[in-house]
Amino acid sequence: MNDIQTIRLGCGAGFSSDRLGPAVDLAQRGALDYLIFECIGERTMAFGHRDRMLDPARGYNPQLRARMRGVLAHCYANGTKIVTNMGVANPRAAALLIIEIARELGLTGLKVACVEGDDVTHLIGPDTEFMDHPGAVKDVGLRMVGANVYLGVEALLPALQAGADVVIAGRIADPALFLSPLVHRFGWALDDWTALGRGTLAGHLMECGMQVTGGYFADPGFKDVPRLADCGFPIAEVAADGSFVITKLDDTGGCVTPATVKEQLLYEVHDPAAYLTPDVTANFRGVSVTEIGTDRVRLTGADGSARPEKLKVTIGFDGGFLGEGGISYAGPNARARATLAAEVIRERLTRINRLGGDLRIDLVGMNSLHQTAEVPVSDSADIRLHVALRSTDRDDIDMMLWEVESLLCCGPAGGGGYRGQVTPCVVTHSCLIARDQTSPTFEMFVA
Amino acid sequence: MSQKTIHDIAHARAGDKGNTSNISVWAYDPKDYPLLKRQLTAERIKSAFPKLFTGTIARYEMDNLHGLNFVMLDALEGGVNTSLNLDSHGKSFSYLILSLPIEG
Repeated sequence: MNDIQTIRLGCGAGFSSDRLGPAVDLAQRGALDYLIFECIGERTMAFGHRDRMLDPARGYNPQLRARMRGVLAHCYANGTKIVTNMGVANPRAAALLIIEIARELGLTGLKVACVEGDDVTHLIGPDTEFMDHPGAVKDVGLRMVGANVYLGVEALLPALQAGADVVIAGRIADPALFLSPLVHRFGWALDDWTALGRGTLAGHLMECGMQVTGGYFADPGFKDVPRLADCGFPIAEVAADGSFVITKLDDTGGCVTPATVKEQLLYEVHDPAAYLTPDVTANFRGVSVTEIGTDRVRLTGADGSARPEKLKVTIGFDGGFLGEGGISYAGPNARARATLAAEVIRERLTRINRLGGDLRIDLVGMNSLHQTAEVPVSDSADIRLHVALRSTDRDDIDMMLWEVESLLCCGPAGGGGYRGQVTPCVVTHSCLIARDQTSPTFEMFVA
Repeated sequence: MSQKTIHDIAHARAGDKGNTSNISVWAYDPKDYPLLKRQLTAERIKSAFPKLFTGTIARYEMDNLHGLNFVMLDALEGGVNTSLNLDSHGKSFSYLILSLPIEG
């Protein structure tokens, strides 16, 4: 296997609600070895547990069916393997759904490996202590929905070695979804820290999809991005020494430049010299970023050292509900009327109704996102009152929405456009466990 | 002429993990990096927004790529799970930093 020159990885999703079209495009004409979908955040993991509690057949990524219908036949025809964490809290149900879709599409013989072992809910008790702040599970005062450990390459490797066309898992460290195929195909040793550090950098740059190809980058007049509406998902061409080129399909929108790559290089990174994953302590400090052509950026010089001893676990809790209600004020003296509305609603909620939970009132158009930073407010003639309440008591949420809606008749002049919505909430905390407390497994299903 | 801001010479992206925010800031032109490094210190950011960035701020320097990475503890009003800020991830905080004036 050591004669492989380059492996071509594509990213088909960088978060649970990512776009579908560019993934289908990559599946069709990306000439990829692997198409990887990264779809879990700390909160989506906890929502997966909640979904599974409501229906034991659910708990996987809500877009799994649409995504697989879009890419599965192309990938199978083109010899592109799929690796994904879209199993979320129920990889087995997800694997069976993929098999069902493969049969619908006539993809007889397609092999789906279901990787399990990330669900460590059974290891978490009331006295389990958190890793990043004082306190234990029993102090949270909310119902635990599930706990998952971040697994690495070792969890995915056996499934890849067994010839799976699709590997579906739950909580896998994001870069490991991309690193695993590299380790498998290049035969990198699991203590070749330099190679693992470089492959982790490739995974880190790819794992958020368009954030490296011009998505989440445009700032008109300062950072212009061509044809953002048609922005393509990224491709990494990785060499056997772990150096790689980030690029995208020629005729897609977006751009790959040293600037787009650098912004993503430190995205959600703390110490650039110590990026911790289950597989390696990666070091991005000495990385070189070189433009070698249009939309082609080469990265070299990443390194790594021994992997952390312990593994990180995310524990999810049922956080009750977030209620949000809003009403708008525009035209002359809008600021004064909106400010009065905010005062009135606060009094009605706290003094008259004595609601529990956490309350926040923002004036959107004046100062909402940066209110806490105390940035001076701007005068606007188009302001939206935004009332947010978080509570485990649904009745309190409904009362808040009722009071905001009543501003239509019982508030300042000219308020209009009431909307209200209720969103289920989760709360997450992290802890550490020993490596030997995990034992990932896989099972192969054949269409 | 209006006061020049960091936004005129640098670009930035914010990320979040729990109640910790990190914001990387990159000089467009390597010639501006020494100025960026001199003016955009952890102390300056903390003193500009003391109510928001209540915890410690660490700064990591990427001299070869002309960028700075700021890691702010306790910066997300409790984090995405509990913050009632419309932008509970603190994604817009990158532009808060870029809005700081260039002094001198």
